[in-house]
Amino acid sequence: MTSQLEKTILYAIALAAALAAPWLFPNFATQIAFLWMMVLFALTWDIMGGQMGYNSFGNIFFFGVGAYACAVVQRDSGLDYFTAFAVGMALAAVIGVAAAAILGSGMLGLRGHYFAIATLGLGIAGGEIASGWDYIGAGSGLETPLYPGEIGAREMFFAYLFFVLAVASFIVLTRLYAGRFGLAINAIRDDEDKAEAMGLHTTRYKTVAWCVSAFFLSLAGGAAGNMIGFIDPRDVAFAGVTFGVWMVLMAILGGKGTIWGPVIGAMIFHVTQELFWTYLLGWQRVALGLLIILIVVFFPLGILGWVRERWPELFDDTADEAGAVERRVGEP
Amino acid sequence: MDSLLILYDQPVRLLQIVVDGLLVGSIFALAAYGMALVWGVMNIINIAQGEFVMLGGFVALYVAEAGFSPLFGVPLAAVILYLVGWVLYRSVIFRVVDKDLFISILATFGLSILLQQLANQLFGADVRTAESGLETLVLLGGKLTVAEIKLAAFALALLLGGGLFTFLRHSRLGQAIRATAQNARAARIMGINTDRVYATTFALNAAICGAAGALVAMTWVVHPYLGLTYTVRAFMIVVVAGLGNLAAVIAAGLGLGAAENFAGFVLGAEYQAAFVFSLLVVILVWRNFRLGRQRRYLK
Amino acid sequence: MTGLLEVESLTKTFGGVVANDNVTLAVPEGAIVGLIGPNGSGKTTLFNSIVGYHPVDHGSIRFDGAEISALRVPEIARLGLVRTFQQTRIYGQMDCVRNMLISVPHAEEDLWTMFSPYPAETTERAGELLEFVGLYEKRYMRAGELSFGQQKLLEFAMALMNAPRLLLLDEPTAGINPTLINDLIDRLKRANAEIGITLFVIEHNMRVIMDLVEHVYCLAHGELLAGGAPQQVRQDPRVIEAYLGGQ
Repeated sequence: MTSQLEKTILYAIALAAALAAPWLFPNFATQIAFLWMMVLFALTWDIMGGQMGYNSFGNIFFFGVGAYACAVVQRDSGLDYFTAFAVGMALAAVIGVAAAAILGSGMLGLRGHYFAIATLGLGIAGGEIASGWDYIGAGSGLETPLYPGEIGAREMFFAYLFFVLAVASFIVLTRLYAGRFGLAINAIRDDEDKAEAMGLHTTRYKTVAWCVSAFFLSLAGGAAGNMIGFIDPRDVAFAGVTFGVWMVLMAILGGKGTIWGPVIGAMIFHVTQELFWTYLLGWQRVALGLLIILIVVFFPLGILGWVRERWPELFDDTADEAGAVERRVGEP
Repeated sequence: MDSLLILYDQPVRLLQIVVDGLLVGSIFALAAYGMALVWGVMNIINIAQGEFVMLGGFVALYVAEAGFSPLFGVPLAAVILYLVGWVLYRSVIFRVVDKDLFISILATFGLSILLQQLANQLFGADVRTAESGLETLVLLGGKLTVAEIKLAAFALALLLGGGLFTFLRHSRLGQAIRATAQNARAARIMGINTDRVYATTFALNAAICGAAGALVAMTWVVHPYLGLTYTVRAFMIVVVAGLGNLAAVIAAGLGLGAAENFAGFVLGAEYQAAFVFSLLVVILVWRNFRLGRQRRYLK
Repeated sequence: MTGLLEVESLTKTFGGVVANDNVTLAVPEGAIVGLIGPNGSGKTTLFNSIVGYHPVDHGSIRFDGAEISALRVPEIARLGLVRTFQQTRIYGQMDCVRNMLISVPHAEEDLWTMFSPYPAETTERAGELLEFVGLYEKRYMRAGELSFGQQKLLEFAMALMNAPRLLLLDEPTAGINPTLINDLIDRLKRANAEIGITLFVIEHNMRVIMDLVEHVYCLAHGELLAGGAPQQVRQDPRVIEAYLGGQ
């Protein structure tokens, strides 16, 4: 594709644009924050569904867990805002990863469709349990403390925070995909029986993949809870009908199983979603269901997947010696 | 755990809970039977199963609001949902029958969202009941109350299930369906139009769910977001009972109904849904664990 | 009898059908042993039982002295018992090199090595083995796009990459162009002689059996009919009847 130098320049430009955006368009800071949150959603879904072949309909569970964990720390710790927030985020990540490890030990032994439906149950169960648990506010939800700062500072803060989280998840995932880990989860996707027959520690890889997802999702939850100011168990924390569904849609739209696919899908979805909401209101959700069907049935490769099929040269999918460059797995 | 103490003091309450649970469980079993049918014949796990139930419920609701007895809603819902199922097969489902399971799960997932939100837009999010106007039976000297409508629903559910079973056993189309379930390729070679079989199976499933939904609307409530709990219940029952065993499906359905009702009583009504969804996870994990010890997987 | 692999009184039924009936055999270390029998005699079922693909009803399976009949597929594979599939299974979306890399032995892998890159020796070994089976020029091609015969060779190379002690091959020459079978037999022999892998091979092609194996077992109707040197077994009247006679 492009040379190393061209790539670096492109990355630098994109980075600069992303960093400047909230500063240039302060009125859109919250929208920008949500944009990066969507990117994170799509990426963390894709490692499971796209790269590993384990469609999870319940990733929102970790987002909700993170949101509540952080908010509870902020409510009960008595520390100042930023310290409490930092501690809360740390705890969110720890609990999220622990939840993934524990749940994963039981649920990741399930194959394909059983896993998908089990996670569906998990996501909803999270919302239902949270709605009844008084310690975290039950149906009334939980409030997060007010951001200490002038008007506009909070939006900027979260715009940059989500940017950092999204970029961090992107970097971590691309590094994983480039190495042994990526091969392993792709093998699990392509033929799990074969992978097992060759002695691969499939459960271990599956669990780690889910833990990585959970890590970023719970951090996103903690941040989102603070940005929105209020955590409702079913509409914000364990928002299966909105965020949970979007996670799936965005990754598939952009091209599941690719690195940039989920990013592109998230960006396109977020931008168009605003338009749809203005014109369609409640019908937007109907359209989303329809969109999932259309994409899954007619356009399963997604945008990037389709591009890859049409122009494989762009992706180094060369067929033989002549076009190939000696490559080592594990190098960036 | 005050509720457990209540049970200890008044054991007849336990009977009430169990009876109510069994009665509603028959409806769960019906939905599960349909799901098992589609799964066995077409290898599709229909995540929109609950939405068919929900739509059937709305049919009964509107029948009642139009002034008729919602009991007429049962056959009407069956007919309407049969058509809906047929249309859905011809437009969407037939494209995913031969694809891998991920695609069909994602497709029916999308369908579930579509139907759920469509219902929300068209019918509103309110929780409603289709009043049947039937009485409540009082038994055991006032200690046990059984709503007649629940008894009627129980009987109807069993009747419908039995009807479906007989149809599959004895009719030509039913035999064609069973043959396709066993070996689609062989069935095709024998001249069976498998595409027609698939369409009929899917439509039949929708009809059964629709009828079940009408029963639900009468005995309980209906609202646009009802679907997911029924999909999950049906799935759980099929996982526990297996694909081929109707008696097991009935038993599991009744058992689930009773268990759910019991949990609702002990944990509190607000946790009943949580119980259902958590139970799903527990059952799957437990089942897989048991099979794993014997070198097997849930497949 | 002793051997790297010992199967004793193994019985496996599916519903009412007895697929393996009281089978007892052994594969000595370093040997090349064959398994023949008419279609439906239970050969692949026997392999599946050995590698842990399904539970066995009765009997014992010992690998290097240890009982494995209750172990699961990945555990058995990590002990050094690997199999190839009759339908040839490879990772279609990845290129050949990646197929090879992911096939390294996993017994020693821990949480740390999961994230580290492959050492240079591993990539070199992958290249060597691809060369060994004649796929070096095609190494960056997507495995799904290889021809059937090439995929079989890739699967074989992947199995070698896994450095097993015992390799179960299910019909390795099926579907291969007859002119290329000699090459494959040669490679199998070399894998056995140079790398030291014990081979247990299901085959339908008698010529391959005669040329390749030192000892062969014959299954029919789930039972072990005969076992011995290829020449002997081939002339055993029961074996001849099993193949030619009514089923």
